[in-house]
Amino acid sequence: MQTLTENKKAAVLSILILLIGCLIWEMSIPAQKVAGELTEYEMLTGGGQPKAGVPPPSQVLGKAWEQLSNPFYDAGPNDKGIGIQIGYSIYRVLTGYLLAAVIAIPLGFLIGMSSVAHKALNPFIQVLRPISPLAWMPLALFIIQDSEASAIFVIFICSIWPMLINTAFGVAGVREDWVNVARTHELGAVKTAFTVILPAAAPTIVTGMRISIGIAWLVIVAAEMLVGGTGIGYYVWNEWNNLDLTSVIFSILMIGVVGMLLDSMFGLLQRTVAYTE
Amino acid sequence: MVKPFLSIEQLTQTYPDGLGGEFTVFENATFGIEKGEFVCILGHSGCGKSTIMNILAGLADPTSGVVKMDGAHVSGPSLDRGVVFQNYSLLPWLSALKNVTFGVAARFPQWSKDKVIEHSTAFLAKVGLTGDTIHRKPSQLSGGMRQRVSIARAFANEPKLLLLDEPFGALDALTRGTIQDELIKVWSDTDQTVFMITHDIDEAILLADRILLMTNGPMAQVAESVEITIPRPRNRTSIVEHPNYYAIRNHLVQFLGQRSAELAGQPGDAGPSSPETVRIDLIEDTDSEDPEPAAPILRAVEG
Ligand SMILES: Nc1ncnc2c1ncn2[C@@H]1O[C@H](COP(=O)(O)OP(=O)(O)O)[C@@H](O)[C@H]1O
Ligand SMILES: [Mg+2]
Repeated sequence: MQTLTENKKAAVLSILILLIGCLIWEMSIPAQKVAGELTEYEMLTGGGQPKAGVPPPSQVLGKAWEQLSNPFYDAGPNDKGIGIQIGYSIYRVLTGYLLAAVIAIPLGFLIGMSSVAHKALNPFIQVLRPISPLAWMPLALFIIQDSEASAIFVIFICSIWPMLINTAFGVAGVREDWVNVARTHELGAVKTAFTVILPAAAPTIVTGMRISIGIAWLVIVAAEMLVGGTGIGYYVWNEWNNLDLTSVIFSILMIGVVGMLLDSMFGLLQRTVAYTE
Repeated sequence: MVKPFLSIEQLTQTYPDGLGGEFTVFENATFGIEKGEFVCILGHSGCGKSTIMNILAGLADPTSGVVKMDGAHVSGPSLDRGVVFQNYSLLPWLSALKNVTFGVAARFPQWSKDKVIEHSTAFLAKVGLTGDTIHRKPSQLSGGMRQRVSIARAFANEPKLLLLDEPFGALDALTRGTIQDELIKVWSDTDQTVFMITHDIDEAILLADRILLMTNGPMAQVAESVEITIPRPRNRTSIVEHPNYYAIRNHLVQFLGQRSAELAGQPGDAGPSSPETVRIDLIEDTDSEDPEPAAPILRAVEG
């Protein structure tokens, strides 16, 4: 009963904050238009035109309604529905991410189980990890010669590190008693890896996977702004070039919502592999 | 002389002492365990009991010396030697039942899934775990229940030798009592050879056929092998009335309280150091079958 009322209180408060926020936003728009002194840049970019002002939330809501009621229309390279654009982004994120997982998790196992492998590979990891994934973009474009694949590569390179490091950390930290249980039951290396070490390290590994998917979703927007063509990042940039700020704000919100959904999927996975000692 | 079922020959363990040198935990320890015997080992903390057990389990290698079981060298862990660890030996992501089937399936790979479950359930029932309880995760079980599960897992595997490292060390006295009873029950059904570490004298007397006494480390020795001359079936309330009980108990208390320290730290000669057999029997000490001299009896009585 107590938690229910607490949740209800929180929900009411959330809605209140949303309403008040939107109200202030809505009311500040005309004021801005009247008082707004346009900078030189704004004038150059057409800030004087009514369309260029920051749109009020009602307008964004209208846009959302319009877009979400027909998310998958395709009217040429510069005019695709939001669903298609997000679809492209998710496709790139998942491809790069899965490739990273396929390499990071087994490699993390190796590093976690063998201190020689750890010592040998650690210097590379430490140097490569802090590199901004976008810094790889020129090199990727040059070598791969394909913007689509380059974007996927950038996702790959940014999502590999948290998974690799967390897997290695989780595997190295598996309680020795559990490994001894496997040993006294004469389990082979593969069986031990799958029935003891993997479940024992799973919470740490999934945490790494969750961090990775978050980073990948952050990076895809920037990557698509660079490579262009399709995707939610390109869409934001394109609408900015069209000076359609309503669409820009709407797509920013969509980026947030999709990111939240991706994250909560991994939250769910985290809960299924969790255990208490 | 016929070799015992399990024979520990001139076992020596040294570790680096952290100062660049080495220290000897125990040296040339030599003893045997017969098939079906229940042997407890008593000694102060740090004398090397767990080290011996890990060597018997094959989880660690001694600095020198050998362990033979059924005449074959022990090297590496094996399903023939089951282990019950003091803590955390259950896999926390598996239910109690799955923790047992995990072991049974490894031991009897040719068995069907149903047979594995049936066998496991039966052993859980032997230690008093039935119904919904067996589908709970270890974190949802009390300490006593967890240790019951690991005992069930070890017995269900029917190893040739069962090793228990202070299995009840973390339990309160009441729970410990019930689980000791269950351990006796399971053990008497199976004729399992058991080697158990404990620091509880009463527990050792209740459970063991024979108690090995270790002196304090470093340079610890397995100094004595005390026969428990109290007939089975034993029961915690009635054994205290047996005439041998206090004689044996006093002997053990005296050893652990005094002599384990007096005897400690003497570097032995290079030969094997076997424990001296001590038989304390106030009932039939006239026609004892034991060839050992009666001297230890005097020691027991004087304590
Ligand atoms: N891996 C190790 N490295 C160094 N010293 C150890 C190691 N394992 C145990 N020891 C030392 O060996 C001695 C015996 O330990 P242990 O067998 O755990 O004693 P017990 O189980 O009788 O309490 C202790 O002094 C302990 O510090
Ligand atoms: Mg110990």
